[in-house]
Order: sequence, then structure tokens, then C-alpha cells
Amino acid sequence: MSITASALPDTAAVPPAPQGGAAARRGPVIPLRYVVGRLVGAAVSMLAVVFTGFFLFRVVPGDPVRSLTRGRAMTNAQLATLRHQFGIDKPLISQFGDYTSRIVRGDLGTSYQYKTSVSSLIGSHVWATVYLVGTATLISAFLGLRIGVRSAWRNGSRSDRANTGIALVLWSMPTFWLALIMIMVFSVGFGPIPGMFPTGGMSSPNVHGLFPVIWDHFRHLVLPCLTLVAVLYAQYLLTMRATLLEEVGSDYLTTARAKGLREDDVRRKHAVPNSMLPAVTLVFLNLGTAVSGSILAETIFSWPGLGSLFYEALTVPDQPLLEGLFIFFSAAVIVMNLLAELLYPILDPRVRTS
Amino acid sequence: MPFPNPRRRAFALAAALAGAAVLSAPAAAASGPAQARGAHSQSAYSQADPTAVSSSGKTLTVGVTSTIDSLSPFLAQRALPTQIHRLMYDFLTNYDPTDDHPIGALATSWTTSADKLTWTYTIRDGMKWSDGQPVTAADAAWTYNLMMTNPDAATANGNFVANFAKVTATGNQLVITLKQPQSTMLALDVPIVPEHIWAGHVKDIGTFNNDTQFPVVGDGPFILTGYQKDQYLTLDANPNYWRGKPAFDHLVFKFYKDADSEVEALKKGEVDFVDGLTPAQYESLKGQSNIVTNDAPGKRFYALAVNPGATTTTGQPFGDGSPALQNQQFRQALMYAIDTKTLVTKTLGGYGTTGSGYIPPVFSTYHWSPDPSSAYTYDPAKANQMLDAAGFKKGSDGMRTMPDGKPLNLRLMGETNRPDDTQDATYVAEFLKAVGIATTTTLVDQGKLGDTEVAGNFDLAFDSWTANPDPDAVLSIQTCATRPSAPGKSAATDDFLCDKNFDALYAKQITEYDPATRASDVKQMEQVLYTDAYINVLYYPDVLEAYRSDVIGSWDKQPQPKGVYWGQDGYWSFWSAKPAAASAASGSSSKSSSSSTGLIVGVVVVVVVVLGGGLVLMRRRRTASAEERE
Repeated sequence: MSITASALPDTAAVPPAPQGGAAARRGPVIPLRYVVGRLVGAAVSMLAVVFTGFFLFRVVPGDPVRSLTRGRAMTNAQLATLRHQFGIDKPLISQFGDYTSRIVRGDLGTSYQYKTSVSSLIGSHVWATVYLVGTATLISAFLGLRIGVRSAWRNGSRSDRANTGIALVLWSMPTFWLALIMIMVFSVGFGPIPGMFPTGGMSSPNVHGLFPVIWDHFRHLVLPCLTLVAVLYAQYLLTMRATLLEEVGSDYLTTARAKGLREDDVRRKHAVPNSMLPAVTLVFLNLGTAVSGSILAETIFSWPGLGSLFYEALTVPDQPLLEGLFIFFSAAVIVMNLLAELLYPILDPRVRTS
Repeated sequence: MPFPNPRRRAFALAAALAGAAVLSAPAAAASGPAQARGAHSQSAYSQADPTAVSSSGKTLTVGVTSTIDSLSPFLAQRALPTQIHRLMYDFLTNYDPTDDHPIGALATSWTTSADKLTWTYTIRDGMKWSDGQPVTAADAAWTYNLMMTNPDAATANGNFVANFAKVTATGNQLVITLKQPQSTMLALDVPIVPEHIWAGHVKDIGTFNNDTQFPVVGDGPFILTGYQKDQYLTLDANPNYWRGKPAFDHLVFKFYKDADSEVEALKKGEVDFVDGLTPAQYESLKGQSNIVTNDAPGKRFYALAVNPGATTTTGQPFGDGSPALQNQQFRQALMYAIDTKTLVTKTLGGYGTTGSGYIPPVFSTYHWSPDPSSAYTYDPAKANQMLDAAGFKKGSDGMRTMPDGKPLNLRLMGETNRPDDTQDATYVAEFLKAVGIATTTTLVDQGKLGDTEVAGNFDLAFDSWTANPDPDAVLSIQTCATRPSAPGKSAATDDFLCDKNFDALYAKQITEYDPATRASDVKQMEQVLYTDAYINVLYYPDVLEAYRSDVIGSWDKQPQPKGVYWGQDGYWSFWSAKPAAASAASGSSSKSSSSSTGLIVGVVVVVVVVLGGGLVLMRRRRTASAEERE
């Protein structure tokens, strides 16, 4: 079934089909050295993140005490107390000391503006973001990859041109504009279209019972999710289409066809698996950044996620919250990258041998 | 990736939906009612007990675009939670809805000692906390004492008790002894909390946000029953409120992050009231059916602040403000050169009043305006003449130089976050250029502007403050004592101003217990500021609001007849709001029926899309297979 270099010496450049290839049976699925190397790499990145996290946000202009008390009559003594409470009356180096000892203990600190621990703030906002951006990423990946495969396989056809065109138009639309149009048309109602969905937020007050709560959440999800999918799916489509196009004329596909395989099987079992790596990288990278949310979509749809929390923190600047979010966002990307890297050798034996 | 037969396709679709459902489940749990969150009761943002929120009765939904930093009256610094505290807790005194003068609330009457240092308040009899415990003078004394002794508890309102020497309670008498006489004792905007609830939170007062146990025990016209950060906050009418139960049973605050979406929500009826509209949004709502708009004089002034030459409390100068600005004639000439009428027309779309005294005209007791002969009415010829006389001569290019011949170029600074600044900066730069003064405009983020101002490195900057019925707070920021103790150190001062006459009048008004004499002192202070021309009020923007008349039948403004519904000093609008007649008949049921209509239509649309999409895909699949077989 599979085609390997050893079986076909005259087409040495042909990549082996991943599933069940002879090469796959030779060693462990993922070599230990490879795993250790990636883990060390991730740990070093994480360390660098923790160090830059502190200094990065000291560059943000603005005095948190001044901006928090903006518009309120404060005495100079009150301002000094606040400065002391935040620990920003100390020299920078001792603030850095406080920060490192905190992080080492796994304590992300207390938000200046919300007077509550940064980890609980992240905890209370992260699901909203994963719910919206995670769902949108999965749907757009599913949709984009599927259409990408079809477009590449029937490259140049009318449906290819139409699909690529539509995807590019949606990709280039400003998110906030598309979001507002969505609200005006599908939420308030426009002409014969009734207003079906809420204008914003993630849930309504006074909804009780498991199914009403799930339905209420679903109704709130539709518009922001649709907006994000519309804007995001093009990148999967174009990546998949481009990689698959490179494979389309390959000799091993001709061989597969010559063996009498159905066109569907040629595509599904040979061409697509060989063009999955860039797409997998993209999906995991985006799942990693998914936790950082989408500030624009979250803002227009008043979604209580991490993206808008980060924006609020930046306006103060709420240093502990900024640092905590930065570490959290970076950690998510690093972990997802690590997962993608660990997945490569399973998806493609060429990675194992290289 | 592709699924060649319809069955696998259906499986894939089901898997994707299941995936989405799995993702949605924790989110639903995280934000849903408390039963799913029992384990997180320690979390600062856990949800209310759902049984506490009854959904029957009339609901008034308010759209808000700001956020809540904390629901603890000891910690909250933002305007929104401060407003909500007025609904939850009674203060010692309140402000009359018609003209903002102080009236009784928790206190029914008060007396002062001959030496002006002791204030004795009689606390209202028969008031009860929402848990049935009596409201006593001891609760008030405990609240003030906590703020006086615990720096964390002083975070939000410490300035109100800074001058208190001792606070005691005997029976229904609350006695406050002062260090110095203080005329603002009927303007103590401090929520009084129940000691029997809060005594348990003294240890963690700096981090306790008053949002872990609902309903929150209070004694105001409404009781806080639930809060989901950045989503909604719910309050129920207090049936035992001493002034009478509010007519709306529920009050819901819905949080929006985008003002345009909020306006759409008002049009749709998802919210019944929005405030802080831009002129464009206000115009778009005017004349819409079932929507009433309100254009009211605001409590905010918008000014052009001039760097007087920054100094510390010891008089040490710092920063690099232009020396030209230390010339009073030069500063006054700037004001003659600026056409504030144009600013109001262009920037505010006409929704505002041109500037005069420091305290906005809405506070008529304290507002001062110059007589026409000494007012800075737009007069470029007079500005040119004053600048010539002060020695700022025009060069060959028509631009003026310093009296010593050095070039003159003023740095004009504004904030990117404040929409007014962008437009006003353009106009002001043009007005000044017309009289030969060159400017360089810099619009920066509010943090950056703050840093530049604290360092004293600016010449002109836009500045805006909201005044209160009692003018003390907004006057205090212009006194010498609020300047920084060391160069570049952040301080309470607005603009490094230090004028001996102003300070003397400030000291006089704070000890003056006769309202009429105090008002006259305050007006004199405004005159000093006006003549100094360091803080030049350009205009007072109006507050633009809109509400749904099919939900709210009537409610009270403050002040009257022209006043605001939101941002009142008091709870008058929400306490007095009466449901509309139509809404009284069908009430919230019409709302829920329309939402269930939407629901049914939504289901139909989803079914059509799924079926239709499936059909199209199947047809495509068939053609595709046919092509492939060829």
C-alpha cells in the first residue's frame, strides 16, 4: 500500500507516505533526544519570557497611581500610600527582586486596579476567550483546510477561484467593521431580517437551568464566532492550497494512480498527509495565541475575555496584570509549539530521520 | 481531511459540534449560575446565588461602557462602582434632586459646636439593613474609624476623613470631632457599611471586593444581588427602603465595551438607557420611535492648562515650561485669541456651553462668570495688541518671538483617548497661529501625557475635571500644598498652580460654615483663577443620554428642570423611575415573547442553513465524484 524510497529506488526523492511506512517501524515513534531537545528549548524560552515580562512593561508610559485616581480628589498622603501598597516606591532593581521571588513561588501578584489576584482574574476570563476564539479557530481550521484541499485539487476551476476570492475578501475586511455590520443586520434586524441574536456579552442574567444556560451561551456565541471565522479561515485555506499544489504534480501520486487507486484515495491517503505539516504548525500556533483573545472582536461584542482584560490593564498600566497575562500568553504559545513539534515525527517520518 | 462519503461527513460535522460543545461547557460553567461554581466561592468574581435573583416583576436595564474596579466601598475608585454604591448604601447626607443642596439621608439633623470642631448628627430611627439588623450611629462611627486607622480602608475615600480627630457614637447620635474646622461636613460621600458584616473583613480589607456573597447586605433603595465581571450586575428593589420602595423591581447593568454596540442595543430594546453619547450617536437616536433623548448641562469643565513654571512645595523650580507663559498678559492674550464658540460648535456639535468660571454653571450656587467687560471674548485684534505690548514682537514671517529675540514655539499637548483633544488641538493651533504664536501639537496616550505633565515638560495641555455639588475637592487640586515634594514626583496638584490669594481664600472657605459667605469666597477663588489665566475653561460639555419610553414612563432628573439621569449626586433617577403604561400592562412578558420569537426564527434559520448547506455539499460531491471517475 505504502510507497517508500526503498521500494522505488528510481524515485529516490519521493517522500514516504507517513502511515505505516517501513521507516516508521525502524525506531521509536519519537526519539528521546528529540523530545529532550524540544523540552529544553521550551524551558529556555519560558525563562526568557519571565525576564523580559518584567522589563517590557516598565517601558509602558504612565503612572498607575495617577491613572487609577484620575478625576478624584486625593491627598498627597493617600497617593504615597497607594504607591507603597503597589511597591512602586522602591528602586527598580528591588522591584525586580520582588517580582522574581514572586514568580518563582508561582504567585503572579495582585492587580492594581482590581485588587484581586492575577491568577484568579486570568482564571475567570480564560474560558470566555477559549470558548470564543478556540471554537472559531477550530471551525475556521476545519473549513479552511477542507476548502483549501478542494481548491488545490481542482486548481484553477471556477470554484477554486470563487473560494479563494471570497476568502481573501473576508480576510481583508476590518474585524470591527464586519462585527458592527453583523450586529446591525443579525442582532438589531435589517429590512426583512429579524434581530435574532444578542448585541453583545456572553450570557444574560436570570437564565436558569442547564439547557437554557447552554442555549443562551450558544446564542451569544454565534455572531462573534461567525465574524472571527469569516476573518480567519482564509489563512488555513491559502496555506493548505499552496502546500498541496506543490504535491499535485508529484511522481508518487502518478504511481498511486497507476496502481489504480481511486482519485479520492490518492488525495486523502497520499497527497494530503504529505502537505499537513505547515497546516498543523498553523493550527497549533493559532490555538496557542487563541488564549490571548481577539481584542477587536471581544470589544465590539463586549465579550468578557482575556484580550479585553489585557487592553484594560494596558491603559492603567496595571503592571502585575500585564506581566501575568504576558507570561500566560507566552506559555500557551510555547506549550502549543512544543505539542506541534512533538506531533511532527508522528505525522511525518521524515522529521524523525532528519 | 476530506471525508469521501456522506456518512463520514455527518460524523465529522457531529464531531466538530461536539468539540464546540465541549469547549462551551466550561465557559457555561465558569459564567453560569453558582451551582457550577461552588468550588470557586473563594474566587473574587464568583456568581450570585441564582435563587436570590427572582426574574418576575419589572426590570430596568442600563447599558454601561465603563468597568468596575471593585465593589468594596473602601476600594472602588472608578465612577461606575461609586454610583452603584449610592444605590446600595445610604450616605450620611444626600443632595436635593432639584438644586443639589445637601439634605438629610442617614442623618436627619445635625448641629455644630461653637468652636466649629464638633459635628453631631442624629441618625434616622427605624432604618434596617437588608438582613433585618438595625442601622445605627455605631455603624457610621465604625465605618469612619476604619478608614481613619486602616490605610487600606482609606484607599477610596480617605480624603474625607483626613481631618477627623475622633468619631464616636452614643445612642442615635454620631459625633465627629475635627482637627480643623471643615465646611464640607454635609458632603461626606462615603457609603456607610454594616459593622456586623464588615467586621469580619477587616483583615483582608485591601483585597476584599464585596462580591463573594449575594445578596450584599445594604440599606439603600436597591440591594445588590449578583455580579458577573464585564457582563452584568443585578440589583433588586429594597422593599423596606425608608423613602419608599422603587417602582422597578429589578435593575440590571449590562456592560458594553463598545459604545456603538450599546446604542444598537438601545434601539433593539436590550437595554433601556444609555448615557455618555457622542453628538453623532445622539443625533442618530433623535426622533426614533420609543426613544427619548436628553441633552443636559454636564458637571465637567474642559480647559486649556498652562504650565506656570513647575515648582515643588519648597519652591524649587523644575521642568522646561516656556518662560513666555509666566507673563500674565501673554496668558490672557492666548485666551482672547481662542474662539471658544467655534470649539463648542465644531467639537461638541453645539452640545455644550462656552467656558467662564472654574465651577460649571450646573452648580449655580458656586458658579461664577466674569462681567462682559473683563471676559475673554474672542478678539484677535486685542490679543495681537496685548502681545505687542508685552514685547512679543512679530518677525518677518509673521510669527512672534520672545522679548529677548529668541524663537517662540509652544508645545500643545493632548490625549489620544479623549476625542475632544484631537479636534480642539487643531483649532487652538490655528487660532494661536493667527495671532503669530507658533505651536507644536503632540497627542499622546493618557499615561504618556501624565508622565510629561508630572515632569513639568509641557507648555499647554488640555485638562478636564468633573466637579461635585461641594466644590472643595476640585478647588483643592489648585492649591500650593498639593504640589510635589520633589521634582518630577507624582502629586495631587492639577497644574503646579501656587497663588497666595487663592490659597488664602481656600483656607477661608473650608472653615466658613455660612453657605452664602462660603459661596462668595468660592466665587472669588474662581475670579483669581480666571485672572491668573493658568487654567482656562474652554467649555462645559453637555451630557447626552437616551432612554426607552416604552419601558420607563417617568423618572427624575437632577438638577431640575434641566438635568441628568445618569451620574447624579444621589439615586433619584433609579429610585423614582416608573414603568411605562404599556410596559405596566404587558411588562417583561412582551420582552420575553419577542426574544422567544427571535429564538424560533433563529432555530429555523440554523436548520435551513444546515440542511441547505448539506444538500449543496452532497450535490457538489456527486458532481465531483462524476468528474473524478471520468
